[in-house]
Amino acid sequence: MSLNIAAKEIKPLRQNYGHIARRIGEHKPATRYQEAVYDVQPTTNFHYPPSWDPGRQLYDTARTAIVMQDWYSFTDPRQFYYTSYVAARAKQQEIMESNFELVEKRNLLQGLQPELADQIRQVLIPLRHYEYGANMNNQDICHRGYGTTITSLASFNGFDRIGMAQYVSRIALLLDGNEETSLNVAKQAWLNDPAWQGLRHVMEDSFVLDDWFEILLVQDVLMDGLLYPLIYERFISQVAAQGGSTFLMLTQFMNEWSEENTRWTNQLLKVTASESTENAALLAQWTQAWLARIEAALAPIAQLAFGEQGAEQLAAVKAELVTRLAKQGVKV
Amino acid sequence: MAKKLNMRKRYELLTRGLGWEPSYQSKDKVFAQEAYEGIKITDWSKWEDPFRLTADAYWKYQAEKDKKLYAVMDSFAQNNAHLNLADASYVNALKLFIQGVSPLEYAAHRNFARLARQFSGEGAQIACQMQSIDELRHAQTQIHTISHYNKHFHGMHDPFHMFDRVWYLSVPKSYFDDASAAGPFEYITSVSFSFEYLLTNLLFVPFMSGAAYNGDMATVTFGFSAQSDESRHMTLGLEIIKFLLEQHEDNLPIVQGWIDKHFWRAYRLLGLVAMMQDYFLPESPMSWKEGWQIYFVENAGALFNDLGRYGLKMPKYHEIATAEADHISHQVFGIFYNYIHAAAFNLGLPSEQKMNWLSEKYPDTFDKYYRPRMEMWAEMAKDGKRFFNMGLPQLCQVCQIPMGFTEIAKGDPMQVAYRVSEFKGEKFHTCSDGCKDIFDHEPEKYVNAWLPVHQIFQGNCGGAAVPDVLNWYHFHPEDGGDYAGSADEARWKAMKGAVTTESTETTKPIQADAA
Amino acid sequence: MSENKVFMIFQNTADAQPFISAFAQENPAATLDYQPGMVRIESLGQLGITQEVVSELAGREVNLQELHLTLISLSGNIDEDDDYFRITRH
Repeated sequence: MSLNIAAKEIKPLRQNYGHIARRIGEHKPATRYQEAVYDVQPTTNFHYPPSWDPGRQLYDTARTAIVMQDWYSFTDPRQFYYTSYVAARAKQQEIMESNFELVEKRNLLQGLQPELADQIRQVLIPLRHYEYGANMNNQDICHRGYGTTITSLASFNGFDRIGMAQYVSRIALLLDGNEETSLNVAKQAWLNDPAWQGLRHVMEDSFVLDDWFEILLVQDVLMDGLLYPLIYERFISQVAAQGGSTFLMLTQFMNEWSEENTRWTNQLLKVTASESTENAALLAQWTQAWLARIEAALAPIAQLAFGEQGAEQLAAVKAELVTRLAKQGVKV
Repeated sequence: MAKKLNMRKRYELLTRGLGWEPSYQSKDKVFAQEAYEGIKITDWSKWEDPFRLTADAYWKYQAEKDKKLYAVMDSFAQNNAHLNLADASYVNALKLFIQGVSPLEYAAHRNFARLARQFSGEGAQIACQMQSIDELRHAQTQIHTISHYNKHFHGMHDPFHMFDRVWYLSVPKSYFDDASAAGPFEYITSVSFSFEYLLTNLLFVPFMSGAAYNGDMATVTFGFSAQSDESRHMTLGLEIIKFLLEQHEDNLPIVQGWIDKHFWRAYRLLGLVAMMQDYFLPESPMSWKEGWQIYFVENAGALFNDLGRYGLKMPKYHEIATAEADHISHQVFGIFYNYIHAAAFNLGLPSEQKMNWLSEKYPDTFDKYYRPRMEMWAEMAKDGKRFFNMGLPQLCQVCQIPMGFTEIAKGDPMQVAYRVSEFKGEKFHTCSDGCKDIFDHEPEKYVNAWLPVHQIFQGNCGGAAVPDVLNWYHFHPEDGGDYAGSADEARWKAMKGAVTTESTETTKPIQADAA
Repeated sequence: MSENKVFMIFQNTADAQPFISAFAQENPAATLDYQPGMVRIESLGQLGITQEVVSELAGREVNLQELHLTLISLSGNIDEDDDYFRITRH
């Protein structure tokens, strides 16, 4: 078919959807990220009160005490929408897959010191349950949160947790030649070992919080903010130095993930705290209420990981976290 | 050497056992939504995983799918491939799609996250979260695909604003709000089983095949690509029903009641799809009735045959829906024909050729009941007396479609059906026995419905006059009305070079097309 | 006699071809119905494929989960493992 394009009407009528144009201007082309997230969530004229929360609407700003003029003030520095998210993860999983394959094929765990293997079993493997609990919290944020820029990230975050729980599980299977011994032992530890009870207790308490933003702060900022640097930066580095460098490869995803998680949660805190002194005060108050408790909960785990140096290591990651929070306007 | 794990065992080791029974908080508090609907679960570990995709496999396959999808989308925009459509009237189907379907995908995203939080069994939990993120995919890929059409056609410029307000969009919205407001087991029965398993094939398969037939490669691609996730969702829908029925015999009457209700609710909503299928596609590969026969009658027949061993029966009023398959698309078309001046899409009376096709596809009904009406309307329009209903319609309290369905099951297809219920001294009108049953079962729920017509009368919709309301909807004058003489038609002719540009719209100065 | 009908629908694309051909080859009683953009494979009772046949048709080692890339719809109860995939009616 030969088309004489010049003779035809091919000029666009408009550049944007109206809801995007109202945010970025009519003549500016929208990015895929902007189109995917801005104002997609319903805001008004709901038909029936939810049976699971009859005093509020299906989507309701009143499910948190944080107040925002515009719940789309926050945007993701990574600009994740579904496709950019899965594309990023697909790349990472490809690397992880070849890491696991290499370790398996070359039997790289064969020469591992038994003590080191035991330490991995004790410190790392129970974290699959931590990830699962963190996933529950993020699914809750996705459901009860407000504004797609935030809730979609909770969805991705939760999905990542399942991925990471599965990577941790695979490490256990690698250690055991596909027997489930370590998985079972780790579950018992999570349920009964005194070292893990503080963390499990905090987590179960976070499950029943009514305020979704508080859950986000407790889970994705405070718990993760201590645990990830403690385990995936410091503990794994120590393991590597003791001849377990293979675990650097097997936890590469988690290490990268932690940096990413910090990027968007920093941005979220900054935007939220700078919105109003009330928000900033509330974030500080929540932090005050939870941080010491989480720190105490992690102390026995730090001890499992670092022995006598546990307290020192934990204090160091806490100091880093407090500095990080202060930079975003959350002062404790 | 490590022992070999098969797919089932491997998936089980990687997922089952991740959860635990809380002890610092009570289980009832942590999983607060699991019990209040009366569903009895004795053992979540009996759950059969409907598919065994690990997170990493999911990332890999989904990224691959999307890479292909976005490549098609990019080349579609770059080549202005909307010019290859069979006809611009086809785009009206996309208008209804972005206004009425994409927001449902989004609602499903948020609500499957609820299930993923509230179910205490890991197998079901993970399946639900996978569906949740898939639904986000669908909403976003639809927004991105239709973004190009929005640049060249009318009516797609503010879909999410419209979804919260527009009268006919309260039909899909209220259906999903209904499920979203319910407990988690009713939700999953509604959306995964009654809607996805029983009925969405009707939306996606013949309709998307129709898109292919009409030269809309972008839509075919997102439609079929979404449908590949839908296969997993349908399987989840089937597994949840089997699981609930196997868990406890007391679950059967509850589940049957939900299936009956949500089948009818979803079926009413699909009346809009019936109209799209028969009247919006310039070239139709399959009529609504043929689709109904294959994807409901045959498919659901086989399915319920399968489920019969649990005591489950075909949804109540399914035979009425099947009897209505001969009528529904024509009746919904008739309703919209009367009110098209207040819609953000165009509609046209079928051409002679199209009417012949309808006669062939609907030999028992079209010529007898509907052709004469269409010919009368055409006559009136020719005489300058195009009929628009300038009043506001009475809406069914449940499905919210203007009252216009008829007494087909009673053998009187020309008699408009309506039913009345009384609740706390007030009268409530419904369009059918199906909708009346739903109302009567939970009147305290349905009296809350945000009925667009009531809301207009109460002054909550921008004003008392129709133009005020349309303005409040963010409709533009060129968005609705007959397709013949519409802005889109004029533009289409200009696009095809058939006419010198007589289009009255003012096109803004153009920057590079943001593909 | 449609009480135990099962079906699989695939996109009609090159990527789906090994799966479509495997269904045709391994289920002689199945019918293939081509419609715009898609093909519907239908049978009574069950439909199944094996990894061996799909891999042979594709000329490479195929993971059966790849069928998720091009599947449009299905009806029946799924039964799958690394080396086979099938849908059945009970």
